[in-house]
Amino acid sequence: MARTIDTIAEEVRTPSPVALLRRRIFGHYGLVFGITVLLVIVLIALFAPLLAGHDPYAQDLAARMKPPFWMTGSDPDHILGTDHLGRDYLARLLYGARISLAIGAFAALISGIIGTAMGVAAGYFGGRIDLIVTFLINVRLAMPVVLVALAVVAVLGGSLQVVVCVLGLLLWDRFAVVMRSSVLQVRDLEYVNAAKAIGCSTRRIILSEIMPNIANNLIVVATLEMAHAILLEAALSFLGLGVQPPTPSWGIMISEGKQMMLFEPWVIAIPGIALFILVLAINLLGDGLRDVSAPENKG
Amino acid sequence: MSDPILSVHDLTIDIPMGQGTMHAVRGIGFDLKRGETLCIVGESGSGKSLTSLAIMGLLPKNLKRAASRLEFARIDLQHQKPRQMRDLRGNRMAMIFQEPMTSLNPAYTIGDQLEEAYLLHNKTGRAEARARAVALLGKVGITAAESRLSQYPHQLSGGLRQRVMIAMALMCAPELIIADEPTTALDVTIQAQILRLLADLQREMNMAMILVTHDLGVVARIADKVAVMYAGEVVEQGTAQEIFRHPRHPYTRGLLRCIPVPGKTKPGEHLGSIPGIVPSLIGRMEGCAFRTRCDVAEAACASAVPERHTETGHAWRCIHENEGHENEGRVPA
Amino acid sequence: MLAFTLKRLGLAVLVTLTVSLLSFSLLFMSGDPASAIAGENASASDVDAIRALYGFDRPFLVQYGDWLTSALRGDFGQSYYFKMPVSELIADRLSITMLLGVCGISFALLTAVPLGVAAAMRPNTLIDRTALFISVMGQAMPSFWFGLVLIVIFSIRLNWLPPSGSNGWQNFIMPTVVLGYYAMPAIMRLTRAGMLEVLGADYIRTARAKGASEMRVMFKHALRNAVVPVVSLAAVQMGFMLGGSIVVESIFALHGAGYLAWESIARNDLPTVQALILIFSLFYIVFTFLSDLANAWLDPRIRVG
Repeated sequence: MARTIDTIAEEVRTPSPVALLRRRIFGHYGLVFGITVLLVIVLIALFAPLLAGHDPYAQDLAARMKPPFWMTGSDPDHILGTDHLGRDYLARLLYGARISLAIGAFAALISGIIGTAMGVAAGYFGGRIDLIVTFLINVRLAMPVVLVALAVVAVLGGSLQVVVCVLGLLLWDRFAVVMRSSVLQVRDLEYVNAAKAIGCSTRRIILSEIMPNIANNLIVVATLEMAHAILLEAALSFLGLGVQPPTPSWGIMISEGKQMMLFEPWVIAIPGIALFILVLAINLLGDGLRDVSAPENKG
Repeated sequence: MSDPILSVHDLTIDIPMGQGTMHAVRGIGFDLKRGETLCIVGESGSGKSLTSLAIMGLLPKNLKRAASRLEFARIDLQHQKPRQMRDLRGNRMAMIFQEPMTSLNPAYTIGDQLEEAYLLHNKTGRAEARARAVALLGKVGITAAESRLSQYPHQLSGGLRQRVMIAMALMCAPELIIADEPTTALDVTIQAQILRLLADLQREMNMAMILVTHDLGVVARIADKVAVMYAGEVVEQGTAQEIFRHPRHPYTRGLLRCIPVPGKTKPGEHLGSIPGIVPSLIGRMEGCAFRTRCDVAEAACASAVPERHTETGHAWRCIHENEGHENEGRVPA
Repeated sequence: MLAFTLKRLGLAVLVTLTVSLLSFSLLFMSGDPASAIAGENASASDVDAIRALYGFDRPFLVQYGDWLTSALRGDFGQSYYFKMPVSELIADRLSITMLLGVCGISFALLTAVPLGVAAAMRPNTLIDRTALFISVMGQAMPSFWFGLVLIVIFSIRLNWLPPSGSNGWQNFIMPTVVLGYYAMPAIMRLTRAGMLEVLGADYIRTARAKGASEMRVMFKHALRNAVVPVVSLAAVQMGFMLGGSIVVESIFALHGAGYLAWESIARNDLPTVQALILIFSLFYIVFTFLSDLANAWLDPRIRVG
């Protein structure tokens, strides 16, 4: 007689966790968009020499300021036109993707290592270490990032390596904050206590009990900081105190195009939109990962 | 005068869920007169709280409410505009909630919140609202009422907060008051005080009261009428006397068996229990929802269940008449 | 409340001291500040003279102590480039940056809070999606580029607003929008999330049961509680915005402290840069300190202990 109720239960039986996760990921348009666009940009950056067809540094003063394909007078050899020195804009744009991605990835890596180490130490050990780390986070937050980065780059000289290191050394705050609170949440859970009870070393507890359980937060912060670093590099380069010309950084392209934007707005539109799409993709990826790993905190 | 102040017929509440619709409340009904107390009893999840929210018009927007009749003081609640419902709420019908700890806004003083309840429905000055607040705080047994007005909720204990909630519900002298498990979150000693207070105030102000509870001891002391809910249905209702003396539905009997009676229940004696779990309310429901846990269930229980009633209005939903089973004196003291 | 204030004040002072030490050491990062001032063609004796003149031959901590005690009196030394006291130089420019900061945060709050509330009131509807779209755009748009786009549209094409300068209120419109839009997404998201959380609270149901209108429920009962974290965030954002004013001011040639910072960095005018870093940090420290106090005051559970 309980047949009907059983069939109802059968109907509403929940799908398997893997299926749920798959549905969550592919049902999340932002995440799908972010992953796809980011993958495309990474591929473009990797294969820039094959795709560009031009040397991004080669000047051709006879062919300066050629307009892009949608405008009259465009040159089919330069799909996105040329800049004020006659360099192929498409080639500079594609090579610029390398600069942005490299800076974003390495800055996020450096700051991620620093911030995670500090945050995990503070969260796990607490006490005086926590006090010191929290204090350092406060000091870091108080310092104006753009100003300090500009000043340091100005003193040390602008190169890719310097910019990466400066940004890496400045952007660890969010890693530290998030890792600290994540560790605090799992520190006293049963499985951590169990590991302590069976005499695991601190190193082992942190690496194999705690880290795997806060890795999803780490990845989310890493994506957001990568976007942050890319935007900052562009701003520094735009202000003339980041990567130095003639490196094809998107920030430099916008800065150089500023003189021409009165008559030729496309020179700032093209690198600006590229920058916007890259950062948008990374942000959507990060937001999407956060939603998927903790669907209850959507927002 | 004998018109019911509240008339609920065939009330259903559906909750749309990912996997189908949950039929949380199915075709329940009751009438309540001025000055009467109706107790709705049942386990958690039986739809008691939803029923009270449905009467107040406070159901979350995604829930669907339907009834063949839902009238308060001859006002058809199903066809009231939001603005008209607001004029009723807190004014002619008021509600007291389960969680006094979180039901008061932490950002405002007790006084602010009490006065607001009055000022929303009366075009008078603050002074009058304040006087009313002081008077009611006194009435619900709060000493030094004047000085309490400037305190914040976090400065009061749970018992005091629930008294404040009661005072707030009474600010506009409502004709109907709905108390949704007002004492579950409180200490046992405080529970008794709060219930006695509610019962006294109800009598004094001649209000109709719906008390949602799962405590049969409480029911026995203050109910005029009792409605027993199980899995979204009223399985039995009648006067308190009838329900306690001549329970007809197997579920009601099961509930009553679970109550220890001082002097009669021997130490160590096994109290009754109802084995099994409440069925899922998602999807189409057929037959008696209690049949999987019932010791007198038959094959016929899987199809329609008749509603039976006596001339006095005692009603129950069961294929059996279940006559003659006197309750063995288990009326809680 | 008093104990809380004192504790918080102590932290602020410690942070300030640390930041001042860091910004002072910037001077020594390049190696020898004396040869940097003297320039590339200076002779060794010139460099020695400068070293003695500026006191670079003394121990680092002595120099720092000296600089700090002067800074406490408002004396940040001489600008290498302008040959005038840094404090006078900055005092002149700071009012513009502060005005810009106030306008920017007001713009951000006035757009973000209503949008966040509206999005929370109708989650997953058109308005919610629009608000999310605006915030996602704002987070991905480089503010210097946004500024340039505004100039192209409103100054060059439409000729409505002046592209640069700091003469009248028209000069502040585009910088305000750019700076405000930078802070807006975070405030909007926090308002929305806070409102959604608060709207599920029991006391919101109580307010509805009293017969309060939806507007009253939203603005008196919900927003009052959801706004507490927004105050903190606005203070933090205000600090970041002043730090970020360097980008916006340089685009719009708005002659504020940010613009001065950019010029001074380009000119290697380290005393000015040091002072500006310290002052911008101080703004952040003061804002967060005040917001902590405001928070404590807004939340009666802390205020009335």
